[in-house]
Amino acid sequence: MSSLSVDHVLGIKDLTKEDIELIFKTADHFKDILNRPIKKVPSLRDITVANLFFENSTRTRLSFELAEKRLSADVINFSAASSSVKKGETLIDTVNNILAMKVDLVVMRHPNAGAAQFLAKNVDARIVNAGDGAHEHPTQALLDAFSIREKLGQVKGVKVLIVGDILHSRVALSNIFALQKLGAEVKLCGPSTLMPKHIEELGVEVEYDLKKGLEWCDVANMLRIQLERQDIKYFPSLREYTMMYGLDLKLLNSLSKKIVIMHPGPINRGVEISSEIADSEHAIILDQVENGVAIRMAVLYLLAEKMDRK
Amino acid sequence: MFSFLCFFWAPYSYQIAIHPIFASMRAKTILNQKHLELTINRLCYQLIENHDDFSNTVIIGMQPRGVHLSQIIRERLAEITGNQEICIGALDASFYRDDFRRRETPIEISGTTINFLIENKKVILIDDVLYTGRMVRAALDAMMDFGRPASVEYLVLIERRFSRELPVKADYVGRTIDSVVSERVDVQWKEDKGKVILTNIS
Repeated sequence: MSSLSVDHVLGIKDLTKEDIELIFKTADHFKDILNRPIKKVPSLRDITVANLFFENSTRTRLSFELAEKRLSADVINFSAASSSVKKGETLIDTVNNILAMKVDLVVMRHPNAGAAQFLAKNVDARIVNAGDGAHEHPTQALLDAFSIREKLGQVKGVKVLIVGDILHSRVALSNIFALQKLGAEVKLCGPSTLMPKHIEELGVEVEYDLKKGLEWCDVANMLRIQLERQDIKYFPSLREYTMMYGLDLKLLNSLSKKIVIMHPGPINRGVEISSEIADSEHAIILDQVENGVAIRMAVLYLLAEKMDRK
Repeated sequence: MFSFLCFFWAPYSYQIAIHPIFASMRAKTILNQKHLELTINRLCYQLIENHDDFSNTVIIGMQPRGVHLSQIIRERLAEITGNQEICIGALDASFYRDDFRRRETPIEISGTTINFLIENKKVILIDDVLYTGRMVRAALDAMMDFGRPASVEYLVLIERRFSRELPVKADYVGRTIDSVVSERVDVQWKEDKGKVILTNIS
C-alpha cells in the first residue's frame, strides 16, 4: 500500500491518479465504518485539527468536523465573522497564533484563490483546502467522483456534463481535473457570459444547448448560480436562466436515456433544478453528502499518516 | 548422538549444509503440510470440546493473515460437527493499531466483514502468528465496536515465545516456537494446503 504523493491537499491539480484511487480505496473502508453502530475509530486521537472558515459554509464545515470527530481527532472551529480578522489581523498571524496552541492540521476555506497555497508555504502545518475563491475545492470533487464511481461502478469512460455558473465555480474546476485524471469525459454547459475564456485549453468541450448536453451525458452536475459572487449582471433574469439552463422533470423525461443528477449544494430549488428532480430517484445529492464524510476522513487519515510525530 | 556421528562421518558437502552458520541463512520448515493438517485437526477438536455444536459461537479471522486459516478451520469444523451454519467473519483492526504514524511503511488496510451480531456470542478470534501481542489488542478494540460478546477466545497457529510486548496469551495454540527478532515466521497457503516456514531476515 502506498501513501499520498503530497503533504497538503490544496487542489486536485497536484494529486496524481494513484493518489485519488488511494483516497477512494481508503474512503471505502471509512464508508463501511460509517454504517456501523459505533461510527468512530481511534486513528487520529493524537492529532488536533483547526477548521478555519473565512467564508460561510454549512455542508463542508459540518462534514469536515464530523470526519475529524469520527477519526477521534481534537477539533477547534473558527469562523471569520466572530474573530480578530475583523480587527485587522493578517492570515499568517491568525494561523500562526492557532498553531501556537499545538494544532497539527488546518482545514481552510477562504474567499481568495490561492489562500491555501500561500498558507502551506508560510506556516508549519498540513493544510487541507476546503475551497479557495473560484479556484479549487478538492474534497468536493473527490466526493463527486466517488459518488459517480459508487453509482455507475467506475469513473473511466463516464460522460459528465457540468451545468451552470462555471466562471465563479471552484467545484467545476476541481471536478474537471479529478474526472479527467480518472478518465471521464467532461463537457461544460451554461450561458456564454458564465463560461471562462479559454476553458477549452483544459481539454473540455463547451455546449450551450442544455438539451443536447443532457442527451450526450451519463451524469449531469448542476451547479448553483452564485449570485453573491456576481458583481455585474451576467444574464437578464433568474427566470430567463431557469428557462434556458434549469432542469425540470419535463426536460428530464424527454431524454432518450436515464441520467444521474448531481448537485454540490446548496440547492436553489426552482432555479438550476426543480424540486421534483431534487427529490427524485435520479438525484444522488444526499449520497454525495454521505460520501463527503468518508472522503474527508480518508483525506485526513492519509495526510496524518505522512505527518512527522511531534 | 546420531547427529554427532553424522557431523563427523557425513561427506564434507553435507557438513557445510548443516553447519549452524549456513543453516541460519536458510528457510526452516516448522510445520510441513502433513503436520499442519494434523495440528489444525487437533485445534478443531479442542474447539469442539469447549463449544459443542457451535450454536452460540462465532468465528472471526483477523485480517490479513488470520482469515484464510479461519476459513479452513470453519470448513473442518463443519465436516466434523455437521453444522454448516457456523458464522464466520473477517476483522480488520488497521484503524485501531497503536503504531499508526510510528511505523516506516503505511498500514495496509483490509476489509471487515462481520454480517452477524456478536452481542452475547462466544467469539473465537483466529490469527496465524502471535508475536508481540499488539495486533490482538487492536483487534479486541475493533471487535468491541460491533457489540459486547459473551466471551472471547484467541486461537493461533504459531505462538512465538519470549517476544510479547503486551500481556497476551492464546487459548488455543498450534505450535509454540522459540525464535529471535531477526527471524520471521510465515504461514504459506496454497488453497487449503500449507506449511509454516521460519526465515532469517537479518
